[in-house]
Amino acid sequence: MLSGLENKYVIFKLNSEYYGVNIKSVIAIENMENVTRIPNSPDYVKGVINLRGEVITLIDLREKLNVSRNEEPTDSRVIVVSTEEVVAGLVVDTSSEVIDINPQDIDNIDEDEENATLMYAQGIAKVDGRLIILLELTKILEY
Amino acid sequence: MDLDINQYISIFIEESKEHLQSMNDVLLELEKEPTHTGYINEIFRVAHTIKGMAGTMGFSNMANLTHEMENVLQATRNNELKISEDVIDILFKCFDAMDESVNNIIEQGIEKEDKNEDLIDELKALLNQGVKSEMKNQLDNTKPELDSYLINLLKKAKEENLNVYKIRFTLTDDCMLKAARAFIIFNTLEEIGEIISSIPSVEEIEDEKFDKEFDVIIITDVDKEKLEEEISNISEVESTLVEELKEENFHISENKDLEHEIESKEKLENNDNSKKNNSTSHNNKVTKTVRVDIDRLDNLMNLVSELIIIKTRMDELSGQSTKATMNDAIEYLERITTSLHDAVMKVRMVPIERVFNRFPRLVRDLSKDLGKEIDLEMSGEETEVDRTVIDEIGDPLIHLIRNSIDHGIEMPEERIKAGKDKKGSVILKAYPDGNNVVIEVQDNGKGLDVSSIKNKAIQKDLINEKTAENLSDDDIINLLFAPGFSTAETVSDVSGRGVGLDVVKSKIESISGNIEVQTEINKGSRFIIRIPLTLAIIQALLVKVSEEIYAIPLSSINEITEIKSEEIRDIQGKEVVLYRGETLPIIRLKKILDLEDGLEKENLTVVVAKKGDKQAGFIIDGLIGQQEIVIKSLGKYLSKVKYLSGATILGNGNISLILDVNSLI
Repeated sequence: MLSGLENKYVIFKLNSEYYGVNIKSVIAIENMENVTRIPNSPDYVKGVINLRGEVITLIDLREKLNVSRNEEPTDSRVIVVSTEEVVAGLVVDTSSEVIDINPQDIDNIDEDEENATLMYAQGIAKVDGRLIILLELTKILEY
Repeated sequence: MDLDINQYISIFIEESKEHLQSMNDVLLELEKEPTHTGYINEIFRVAHTIKGMAGTMGFSNMANLTHEMENVLQATRNNELKISEDVIDILFKCFDAMDESVNNIIEQGIEKEDKNEDLIDELKALLNQGVKSEMKNQLDNTKPELDSYLINLLKKAKEENLNVYKIRFTLTDDCMLKAARAFIIFNTLEEIGEIISSIPSVEEIEDEKFDKEFDVIIITDVDKEKLEEEISNISEVESTLVEELKEENFHISENKDLEHEIESKEKLENNDNSKKNNSTSHNNKVTKTVRVDIDRLDNLMNLVSELIIIKTRMDELSGQSTKATMNDAIEYLERITTSLHDAVMKVRMVPIERVFNRFPRLVRDLSKDLGKEIDLEMSGEETEVDRTVIDEIGDPLIHLIRNSIDHGIEMPEERIKAGKDKKGSVILKAYPDGNNVVIEVQDNGKGLDVSSIKNKAIQKDLINEKTAENLSDDDIINLLFAPGFSTAETVSDVSGRGVGLDVVKSKIESISGNIEVQTEINKGSRFIIRIPLTLAIIQALLVKVSEEIYAIPLSSINEITEIKSEEIRDIQGKEVVLYRGETLPIIRLKKILDLEDGLEKENLTVVVAKKGDKQAGFIIDGLIGQQEIVIKSLGKYLSKVKYLSGATILGNGNISLILDVNSLI
């Protein structure tokens, strides 16, 4: 068993695909409640929520990653993440687990990838037969 | 010993800034009154302090420069050199060099590489002049300058038939505990008289900051023999030298002594010196300040914000609760939060003096450069504004003052021809007005020429001739603030560097303020800036648009009214209503906020909002009420979203957006 936060990832789903973000950047996982819409904002901005007195921008990961919506998700979650510059909430379908991923199981991704999903990925991990796209937060939160 | 100086660098910066500021003030005073020795002493003191600080921090260029300044100042103190315009100009240059150096340290952590050789040469040249005149002066047997504090003392002592002695103690080489020995000496002396001062100061002696020797000045009723006898009994003292001080023979002989004296005097607890010397006391307005990390303040501010949120929540609860005690508790909570809010705001408040005090120099330099005679009058420097405002307001004000001097005030001949006083005046005024602070920049120059502004605007394609005819004078004057406008016929060095009043305007708007102009031809013009006292907590009106709740700052609301939907007219694609005899542009918030436009109601609720002189009516769907709201930033991510200036958290924990009235109108 691996220890330390380095290799721990929060796993969530969009449609049937698995995605992961490093747990070090995750502040909280919240329910999607009391969202205030932001008029005239880019499509991928879902709105803002109040997280313990802070105004957190919600980013619809589907829009950002160009993942089509099969059906309206019933239990959307918000993964609140932070990079050095910004704090934001990623809207995802479900988020269920935290797993360890051995660095050896991660395949790197070409720098000049043009696929909308993979552009924001830092690597793809293979764990127990599942493919997990590990997201590069600094790229997703770029604006 | 390898001392990590970095931790002291912020202290150094703050302190040297303060010292430089007071040097600047005193230099300006000195220019008006060159014979005043108090001012020279003050500049000397400041230069000396800066020299010490810069030396400690390893900023040798700065230390060298101040050292040369000291030499020149010393020469003027000894009447070897006269304070002339040249001297003052060079001192100002030195000040600029040091100021630059400090700014460099702020930005890069190191001082400027420029060794200021030119300046040092100039200073040395001054000194050589001085030496020449000194040789002449030696024949005149000039009396050395006397220290007013000591003179007073000596006078008093004489009146009361007391003796004043200066005793030089030299400790033996093998004296181990010098401070302790000195303490014994002080104790002994205090039994027979009163110690006036010591060189170095008592504190420094306590810290063993002396070599072997120190001087003590003492007032006593015993005579010299008795005194010598008393002190000869103290062990580990190699020698003592007692000298009686009399007014007639009081000399300040050595440079070095003087430096020490200044230092020790500085530390004297009672500021006798400055009190007696009335004209310098004016400059001694150093207020005691505590430097607080702005992050800590922000944290405190956040706590207060939360408190206010919970208060609002309790307000809501109380409606459902029947207990009277609940009401009491809420009232109490309300009192606390209000005063806590006030207290925190006060910590953040800084007198606007901090910005104002660099202007006298600016005006002096500009008027010299342009050959105009200008009086700067400032008032209300004590008016306090939020720290963030202080940082932002400086540049716009400099710009306005430059404008007034460059474009407003006429050349002296022109003024005389126009029957005005040769000397122009610029008035800078700050005063609180309700929840705002008003800053005015007023000049008595030629005023703004509406027709020339109009021509310029047409020439610059800001308006076309047709629309120009329909514009009122006020509208035309407001064109000054349009991007890409500059009135100066020729681009001068002073103003008109490609940035215009539009930059001033946007800067002021960035701190939620506004600016307007009043002008009268040949009488002058007046720029009026209004900025909110606080930027963090404001009174706002909560309104409903569809089902969403938005906040509109109360300060920008004129009134709330109802209109009938059929009263709305369409003029050139813009909706307006005739309201109180004027056309009021109508803004449908629903449309702007990207909401479904439902069925048009017959009676519409309109919030009449203002931006400067302009007004507009926002159509809303319902009023919720007035509330104190805490402004939260929307974060970097959403900073570019139109029409919003921030967000606030409502009592129920939901977020409501704050409308940016300035960008809507």
